[in-house]
Amino acid sequence: MKADTNEQLLLRGLAHNDSKAIDTLYKENFGMVQAFILNNNGTYDDARDIFQEAMITLYEKARSESFVLTCQIKTYVYSVCRRLWLKRLQQMGRYVTASDSLEETVPVEDDVEIQEKKNQEFLIMDRALGSLGEPCKSLLEAFYLQKKGMLEIADSFGYTNADNAKNQKYKCLMRLKKLFFAQYNIGE
Amino acid sequence: MDDILLLEAVERYLAGDMQPEEKAWFEQLRENTPEVDQLVVEHKLFLHQMNNYAGTKALKNALHDSHNRLLERGEINDGKPVSTGGKVIQLFHRYKRVTAIAASIAGLVAITISGMVAYFAPNASRQQLQMLGTEMAKLKKNQQYQNDKLRAVESKIPAEATLTGGGSGFLIDPKGYIITNAHVIGNSNFAAVVNHKGEEYKARIVSIDADKDLAILKIDDADFTSLTTLPYTLQKKSTDLGETVFTLGYPRNEIVYNQGYLSAKTGLSRNGVDADSNTCQIAIDVNRGNSGGPVFNSNGELVGIISTKQLEATGVVFAVKTKTLYQMVERLKDSDTSVAHLKLPYGKSSIRNAQRTQQIQKLEPYVFMVKAYTR
Repeated sequence: MKADTNEQLLLRGLAHNDSKAIDTLYKENFGMVQAFILNNNGTYDDARDIFQEAMITLYEKARSESFVLTCQIKTYVYSVCRRLWLKRLQQMGRYVTASDSLEETVPVEDDVEIQEKKNQEFLIMDRALGSLGEPCKSLLEAFYLQKKGMLEIADSFGYTNADNAKNQKYKCLMRLKKLFFAQYNIGE
Repeated sequence: MDDILLLEAVERYLAGDMQPEEKAWFEQLRENTPEVDQLVVEHKLFLHQMNNYAGTKALKNALHDSHNRLLERGEINDGKPVSTGGKVIQLFHRYKRVTAIAASIAGLVAITISGMVAYFAPNASRQQLQMLGTEMAKLKKNQQYQNDKLRAVESKIPAEATLTGGGSGFLIDPKGYIITNAHVIGNSNFAAVVNHKGEEYKARIVSIDADKDLAILKIDDADFTSLTTLPYTLQKKSTDLGETVFTLGYPRNEIVYNQGYLSAKTGLSRNGVDADSNTCQIAIDVNRGNSGGPVFNSNGELVGIISTKQLEATGVVFAVKTKTLYQMVERLKDSDTSVAHLKLPYGKSSIRNAQRTQQIQKLEPYVFMVKAYTR
């Protein structure tokens, strides 16, 4: 039971982006995933990418309130990584009959698919922000990502008052929304 | 400016920062103005996306930091040089496991095979294999004399004498007459015989019949004391096919017993085609050095004298028949008076009812190793 409590704590830590929890999860699971990737024609870089993607999937799950852990974190992470990697190998046109692993796996196809959609959305936002240019990008990031107040933003960006900053923020936001929804709707 | 205020209001409304009255007023506005309602929905979606983006972005950074931190502490292993290395190096790293495994398997197989070869191969020494080689070279000659290997043994023989051949022999007269093969003696001037105890006696060559492949020696040594009667006799009637026979001889420096049976009443002449009535065929395992050895039947009667064996077949041995020996001795007696007192043993052998081991014990002292010398 203690192990389960531990895992719940780790997941809560992950959901709140706690670096200690992330370190622990990383340490406990990365080696296994790396071994799997390297054994299946992957590189160290592939291992890192796949593992981090799996961690993000786990993070999304942990953030949703409905999430209940039905298996060990290790099993879940391994299953996701395995699924992701086999998919990537197929995309590269290298059909690989995955060696029957000794590790236990759980069905994660749905989670992986949902995560793929979220990745798309992330990329759209990333591209939209990227094509916004400065100082709009930093301004919006300060407000929406770092959740800074308008006064503080006005101060650090050198606006004479918060209203001017607000005005600038509004213009930037309009442009970002336009860029974002242009892509987002196509995506849909 | 209105738009800015409106958006701010939407954000405050979505964040739940509005006072109850303001919220009620705003919800009223939403209901009455579809544009505002649309804006709220759209912005809600956008903010949700933005939040997701923020969270994922923060996590990505955290993961990146974590990776580097653990890497620095050495708690995870990352083949960093790989990513900066060239394609060849990447390929090497990618396939080095496979290569290593393949190499290991290859090595293991090689070791296993060589081990198995070493284990199962006959333990024949190089020398023996060479001997076989020389025998193969002589295969053309269908038959071959079973000459003994030349052995250097300290002896009474003068130092300047050279050993030219060797084989086996046995007494046919207790006074010291020994029968052996003519090919054992060859062109030698004199011979020496050694009994089973290792005692050596000089012997002179009395007669050689190369055609019948028989030679008679006479022990001519002061150390030799005449033996009493021979335990065996010469067989008078012819041997039946399938009759068990055995032989004693010196293929080594020690007396060796072997057993077989009569396969054919005649042997083959040296051309390998014609039947030779002077000899008979025996299935027995003999080696070089058995030449001149006696062949007895189970009654302890002399059936023949081992002479040759066929090389391309196993267990095909030819022995000179007793009758041939008898004819030779009789002819010799007629022409040479010095051997007139040679008396071949006939009658009943004294070991005819004995066990084989006892027969051998009795026979041993009468079988000699023969060594031929030239001066």
